[in-house]
This record gives sequence, C-alpha cells and structure tokens, in this order.
Amino acid sequence: MTPLGALLIRDMRISVRVGGGALIGVLFFLVVVALMPFAIGPNLLLLKRIGPAILWLAALLASLLALDRLFAADHDDGSLDLLLMGRAPLELVVATKALAHWLTTGLPLVIAAPVIGLLLNLDAADDAALVLTLLVGTPALTFIGMVGAAIAVALRRGGLLLAVLVLPLTVPVLIFGVAAAQSAFAGAAPFGTAFTILCALTLASLVVGPFAAAAALRQEIE
Amino acid sequence: MALGDLANPSRFLAFANRAIPWLGGLTVIVFAFGLNQAMLAPNDYQQGATVKIMYLHVPSAWLSMMAWAVMTVAALGTLVWRHPLADVAAKAAAPIGGAFALLCLITGSLWGRPEWGTYWVWDARLTSELVLFLLYLGVVALWRTVEDPARAARAAAILTLVGAIDLPIIKFSVDWWNTLHQGASFGLEGSTIYPTILFPLLIMAAAFMLLFATLQLAAMRNEILRRRVRTLRLMRARTAS
Repeated sequence: MTPLGALLIRDMRISVRVGGGALIGVLFFLVVVALMPFAIGPNLLLLKRIGPAILWLAALLASLLALDRLFAADHDDGSLDLLLMGRAPLELVVATKALAHWLTTGLPLVIAAPVIGLLLNLDAADDAALVLTLLVGTPALTFIGMVGAAIAVALRRGGLLLAVLVLPLTVPVLIFGVAAAQSAFAGAAPFGTAFTILCALTLASLVVGPFAAAAALRQEIE
Repeated sequence: MALGDLANPSRFLAFANRAIPWLGGLTVIVFAFGLNQAMLAPNDYQQGATVKIMYLHVPSAWLSMMAWAVMTVAALGTLVWRHPLADVAAKAAAPIGGAFALLCLITGSLWGRPEWGTYWVWDARLTSELVLFLLYLGVVALWRTVEDPARAARAAAILTLVGAIDLPIIKFSVDWWNTLHQGASFGLEGSTIYPTILFPLLIMAAAFMLLFATLQLAAMRNEILRRRVRTLRLMRARTAS
C-alpha cells in the first residue's frame, strides 16, 4: 500500500472509531435544520423557498465543526512531525488528510441532505439539485478550511479563530452553491452557470488549499 | 538611503523618527487643501451637498484595498525574502486597513441614508467591503492570538496571501450575486466624473495616501519598540530566575 493510501485509511479509521466523532457533523446538520422552522415559522412555502439556503448554511457550519482537529490531533500526539519528515510530499499528505476528512464529514452531509430536504418541503428536482451542489461544493469548504486549520494548528482557542478566519473566505462557494441549488425558482440564474462556477471554485481550492496548508504547517512546526 | 539599509531596525527607527514629522505636516497641509477644494466643489444637481461625503468615502475605499496590497507584498517579504521588517509592516498595516474599511462603511451608510433612504443595502460594493472588513478583523485577531511575533508573522502572511487570491473571487461573486438578486444595482456615479469634482477627489486621495504612510511608519516604529520592550522583559525574566 502506498503511504498516501495508508494515511487515507488511517485517518478514516480514526474518525469513525470511538472518539473520532465523524457522525457528529451529520447530527449537528440535522439539529440546525430542525431548529430553523422554530425560528422562522412552519410555513411550508417559505421553508421551500429558503430551504436550499438553510441546508447550505448548516453544511457550512457543520463542515467547520471537526475542522480544528484536522491537524491539531496529529500535532498533539506527534504524528504530524512524522508526516512532515516523511518522504511523501507534504502537499499531497495534507490533501490526503483533507480528502479523508471530507469522506468522513462532508460526504455524510451530502447523503443526509435529500432526507433533510424533504423536511423542508423540497420536491425531487430541488432535492437533486441541492445534493449535486453539496456534493461538488463541500470539498471546497474542506479544502479552504484546511488552510485555516493548518494556521490554527498549535493555538489554544484555535477552533473559534478558525471559524473567524475561514468563513469570510467561503463567501463565493456559498453564493454559487445556493444560487445553483435555487435555480428552480423563477427569476434565478440557470443551473449550469452557477454550477459550473461552483465546480471551478472547488477545483481552484483543491489546488490552492494543499499548498497554502503545507506552507503553513512547515512554518508552524519549524 | 538604499532600501536595504532600512532592513536594520535601528536605522529604520532613525529614518522613521526623521520622516514622521515631515510626512505628518505634509498630510495636514494636503488635507487642508483637499478639504477646502472639496467644500468649494459644486454640489451634485440631484444629491445636493451630501455628495461631498464622497471625498471621504471613495479614498477610504481605495486605501482599504491598498492596505491589503501592502500586506500582500509584506507577506511575500516575510515568506520569500525573509526581510526583517516585512512582518512589522504587515502587522502595522492590518489595523490601519481595517480602520479605512470601517470608515468607508460608516461614510457609505451616512451617505446612503439620505440618498437611498436606508443606512444599509446589500449592494455588491457594500457587501464586498464588509467582507474585506471581516477579513481585516480576522488578520488582527490572528496577530493577537499568537504570542511569538515570528510565528504570528508567518501564519498571518499565509492568511494574507490566501486572502489576496480569494478577494478578487469574492468581489466577482458578490457582484454576480447582487445582480442576480436585485436587478439594477445602485450606481454611485456615472462613468464620467466632471473635472471640478474629480480634482478635489484626487487631492483627497493623495491626502489619504499620505495619512496612510504616516500612520504606517508610526505603527511600524511602535511595533519595533514594542518588540524591544518584549525582548528586554524576557531577558530580565531570564536573568532574575
């Protein structure tokens, strides 16, 4: 098995085992969405209208939840030093860690989204569009957030700082994700336009994120 | 004096001590002239005298963006060239840029109230300026979280560079989002500005640039002195124990 493959499996195993907390993100997602009707009222038409926005915001917050542990846990037990000294390029190592993080926290959100969308009165087409945008957009959230996680790796109160640093940077993903998910409504932009730009944002974050995170980790640990 | 000489903090302090009074004086003179010109400038035929808020608002917006550019160059200076004063410059520029962004938002709100009838609209420019302000606050928070200045500098430098990549994308997406939601956006002015209005605006922009330079130099001087105090305290603590 290649080192990167071994790292991917190790990270996924750690997060699904006891103490890993992979599914807490989905639970958080569900709780946030369930709280929304209490705040804005049970009007199904209104919920249908803003349902994609609620789900996207909840996904954004849920993806931040476990992010501060992405490097901090490895930093605490010293395995981050081993990864830094290893022969595999650090950029690929952090990309692999981010991929494992997305597979255990982002992908469950995407799978849970259609069911939760039903609670918000989304019909099949809306639900499909929403799942597609989440599938494409949540990796961007992880890979942008990874930079913040690398910067905040050795900090106390890192989690809160991480949210403050990362959330403004995710504005474009949120805009185009919600726009594509809401394309079924009258007056909205066509699905293809927003969705294509969302794909572009994700691809750009896949490139920029690992380099920035690896640079941050090298600076932090040096 | 060559730029390389200024890399030495003591030489930089000597330079700053000499330059700050002159720059400050020049700032006051240009501000006096610019404000005078702005007051003498004709009122807008629709907006009346409120258009004069523009002479504070627009230069603040420009400076809020320029400060991030200064921070980006300083971040490259920290990470690539390891220039000893680059992180001092980056740390000094962050609160100043944030203050200009806040000034831009406040003057924009005060201008929007009589013209648009509300203090805030989710106009594309306002929104992206707000995000810029939030990013400044994030950078300042990061500087204040990490105790060791050298480590804080490298973390802030990476955040600044990522922000420099993301800021144009944010600007583009907010523009797109706004045209999607509102149709016609509020145009602040046409593409042509009359010379009678443009000239005071440029003077005010120059005054703001001078103000930024003065504040930046003073903040850098304070930061160098603050670090010396920190080092002296650490040394005293070490010798005392």
